[in-house]
Amino acid sequence: FRDKQTGRKFCSVWPSNSEGAGKVSLLKKVPALKDGDFTLAECTAILLYLSRKYNTPDHWYPSDIQKRAQVDEYLSWHHANIRANAPKTMWIKVLIPLFTGQPLPSEKLQEVMEGLSTSLKQFEERFLQDKAFIIGSEISLADLVAIVELMQPVGVGCDIFEDRPRLMEWRRRVEDAVGKELFFQAHEMILSVKELSNIQIDPQLKEQLAPVLMKMLK
Amino acid sequence: MTTKSNRDGTFSYGRGRRGQHRTEEFRKVNILMKVPALKDGSFTLAESIAILLYLARKFKTPDHWYPSDLQKRARVDEYLSWQHVNIRGKGSKLFLTKVLLPLLTGQPLPPEKLESVTEELNIVLNQFEEKFLQDKPFIAGSEVSLADLVALVELMQPVGAGYDLFEERPKLAEWRRQVEEAVGKQLFREAHEGILNAKNLTADKIAPELLEHFKHQLLKQAS
Repeated sequence: FRDKQTGRKFCSVWPSNSEGAGKVSLLKKVPALKDGDFTLAECTAILLYLSRKYNTPDHWYPSDIQKRAQVDEYLSWHHANIRANAPKTMWIKVLIPLFTGQPLPSEKLQEVMEGLSTSLKQFEERFLQDKAFIIGSEISLADLVAIVELMQPVGVGCDIFEDRPRLMEWRRRVEDAVGKELFFQAHEMILSVKELSNIQIDPQLKEQLAPVLMKMLK
Repeated sequence: MTTKSNRDGTFSYGRGRRGQHRTEEFRKVNILMKVPALKDGSFTLAESIAILLYLARKFKTPDHWYPSDLQKRARVDEYLSWQHVNIRGKGSKLFLTKVLLPLLTGQPLPPEKLESVTEELNIVLNQFEEKFLQDKPFIAGSEVSLADLVALVELMQPVGAGYDLFEERPKLAEWRRQVEEAVGKQLFREAHEGILNAKNLTADKIAPELLEHFKHQLLKQAS
């Protein structure tokens, strides 16, 4: 279970074009899972598969159909909202400048932060409300999926928890439920992503990826 | 699927375009103000996928809709996850751009705009065929599942907008035929009546707040 939790945390790693990832997943994206001959992409699908295969504690994906529906509801909404916006902060502040050699205009980040703000407002008002976790008093896959994405802006210096006490409280509870050490282990890479800026990238790769990356922003 | 399984929940993508989901009743059910929404006693639920899964579990529908086999189920989950940003995202973008943008601006659509949105959709259609369908009759394998249902429903949006994406894609056309057959041709037509008449939509048929909402969505997407 511990390994599974760590594995889960890498949901927010950027798309990879490496050969290895390509073989596991035709979509050439991480995360990807390989279980014998069986390969699977998509973070949500992987989490659900693992929780079923290893019969994890009920609260992660409750057997009560209404509670389960609430997890599904969040997981569905998450894609077009939190997941659409939060990772862009990392792209704009670190990854794209890394590959294109140029910083991006601040309006671009402003735009993304505004979109993210809207999503965060909905997150707090619709999903979290006054509850301890998204579906109630116990943590579930919904909270895990949400927090992983929300750590990305934090990693690049956009602390979205700063002016949002309710969200900050929720984050603390999630960290406690997962285990602080495990939580930080899982986010080590994200939290030190700024150091990536010092890496040298092969100029040919830069040339190849720069236009693709710029398109991604749209 | 609704009729076959004797469910109370109805599912209306088409109807959503008319503004019915903006009435007070709907607001009470769903703070996000989007169709579809389900109300089961005091339990309310939004997000079409969550609703489908809930109904499948509650009414214990035939296994193939959401297979109990772990790996087949994972395939369904994989598609349902991927589709949000891809098939659903690009399909609705084309619909919004082609049908609603001219309605809102009162101007004809610049051809480059349509071209680029169509190109985006084609990229994900290729991915759909190569990764999710491959040589199988359905996404999860030999039997139809929720994944196929969700996929086809979303693909009807661009079709409703006048872009026949099945025309030059025989594999996709065959898959569509099989899904329609599995659901039941009549039920399928009924469900898509609204969206297939989308081209006849004029601005006056749309509630003003809904128009505003679409304007906003378009600005977000079509930049």
